[in-house]
Amino acid sequence: MRSTLMATLSIMIMMAIGALYPNQSFALDAEDAPEVVELDALSDLYEPVTFDHAMHVDAAECVECHHHTTGQQPVDPNCLRCHATSEETDSISCGECHSAERFSPQDLKERSNPDLYHIDKPGLKGAYHLNCVGCHEEVDGPTGCQDCHAMTEKGKKQFQVSIVPPKAGSKKDAHE
Amino acid sequence: MKKLLNRRTFLKGSLAGSAAAVSVGRSQKAMAKDFEGYPESMGVLVDLSRCVGCRSCEAACNEEQNLPAPEKPFNDFSVFDEMHHGQKRRTDETRYTVVNRYDVPEIDHPLFRKIQCNHCQEPACLTSCFVNAYTKTPEGAVIYDASVCVGCRTCMVACPFYIPAFRYSSAFNPRIMKCIFCYDTRLKNGQPPACVEACPQEALTFGHRKELIRIGHQRIRENKDQYVDHIYGEHEAGGTAWMYLSPVDFEKVGFDTSVPKEPILNFVKDFLAIVPMVLTIWPALFAGIHLLATRKDGIKKQQQTEGETEK
Repeated sequence: MRSTLMATLSIMIMMAIGALYPNQSFALDAEDAPEVVELDALSDLYEPVTFDHAMHVDAAECVECHHHTTGQQPVDPNCLRCHATSEETDSISCGECHSAERFSPQDLKERSNPDLYHIDKPGLKGAYHLNCVGCHEEVDGPTGCQDCHAMTEKGKKQFQVSIVPPKAGSKKDAHE
Repeated sequence: MKKLLNRRTFLKGSLAGSAAAVSVGRSQKAMAKDFEGYPESMGVLVDLSRCVGCRSCEAACNEEQNLPAPEKPFNDFSVFDEMHHGQKRRTDETRYTVVNRYDVPEIDHPLFRKIQCNHCQEPACLTSCFVNAYTKTPEGAVIYDASVCVGCRTCMVACPFYIPAFRYSSAFNPRIMKCIFCYDTRLKNGQPPACVEACPQEALTFGHRKELIRIGHQRIRENKDQYVDHIYGEHEAGGTAWMYLSPVDFEKVGFDTSVPKEPILNFVKDFLAIVPMVLTIWPALFAGIHLLATRKDGIKKQQQTEGETEK
């Protein structure tokens, strides 16, 4: 909650500065970002993730996670086609663009708009994992499920973690 | 002279009948060829480059479909090393979906492939079933009615993807076990199947089949060199509701690329159109012809016997 407040506050300050100097274009600065972000919107089978934003600011450029929304120019040529001169957006929170209700009838209806370009935009869960795991694989960051978030009781039940697999060699199937 | 029914005219007649039946069969085939699936039919696009083999889909499926407990927990990744009769894991009576690992030399990390029913546009299982236990719903699911199933397992032979499994553990309640696209609990209410909802990587994309094809081609076009330029299932077996994108040739990740592009049904339709005629019309027709042909002899015989008794 506090982090969202801080993020909103920092955006407001940036906008105020923008109003003072209308001819200067400002990209959001990493220093204005919150140090820690609690990712809890989807927490169900796993506990929320306490995301160390400050640490990741040192490891990556804003654009690598926030795309064009912080005012940095995207690298992907597909994005550049439209977002080469895009300025920072009102909100840079992931959930603003990536729906937590992915695949709901409402979400699918919105996507069936024939004028929509972003028909393949991942939902919030997909966006987090694709972005995080994709980069973690490249830089040898943690990639195991429970390296980032511990399983909840509900998760343990669904994954049936209490099952003890039969010992090797005690196979029922005589053919194996 | 009275027209007699001899062997030649009889054969001519039956041949004409067969030709008529075949031509009827032809027109039905043409209709089926034009059938492009239900317009609002849903599907899932599976992206092999996104799957990390977490098995969340398997766990979610097991819970949603009340399937028996697995031998190993769903966070046990040693299952990827399992081989059964020289094959990787398959769907069976305890699991509607399975994820398998493939080590492909040109890629520095393993690839994972999820298998389940592909929910064909024109399912071979449905065609092969003589008690109509299978239904293709307008939402795109191929569902199964256990109450009429006689356990003949023809569908298991007919399926080009080897998906339907038989519950051998019960001898008196024949039952095919296969993915039903979570039809009863989710799909008919417009919700995605449990596996799609569980996937953290959005390796499974749920949507209208038509939209998924657009999405698939966009993903291929905008991520050059990351995918093979093909959506498996767009045309395979006449088109399937579940389709796949792969970063390597499909046969390297266990797909059968020899599956024909037209519905399996088309290969048997000509034959199947004759079957009802042979089984119903022919016996009646031939019996009638036989009775007609032997009628005179019968009357003659009767007259003879009558004459004999008069004498």
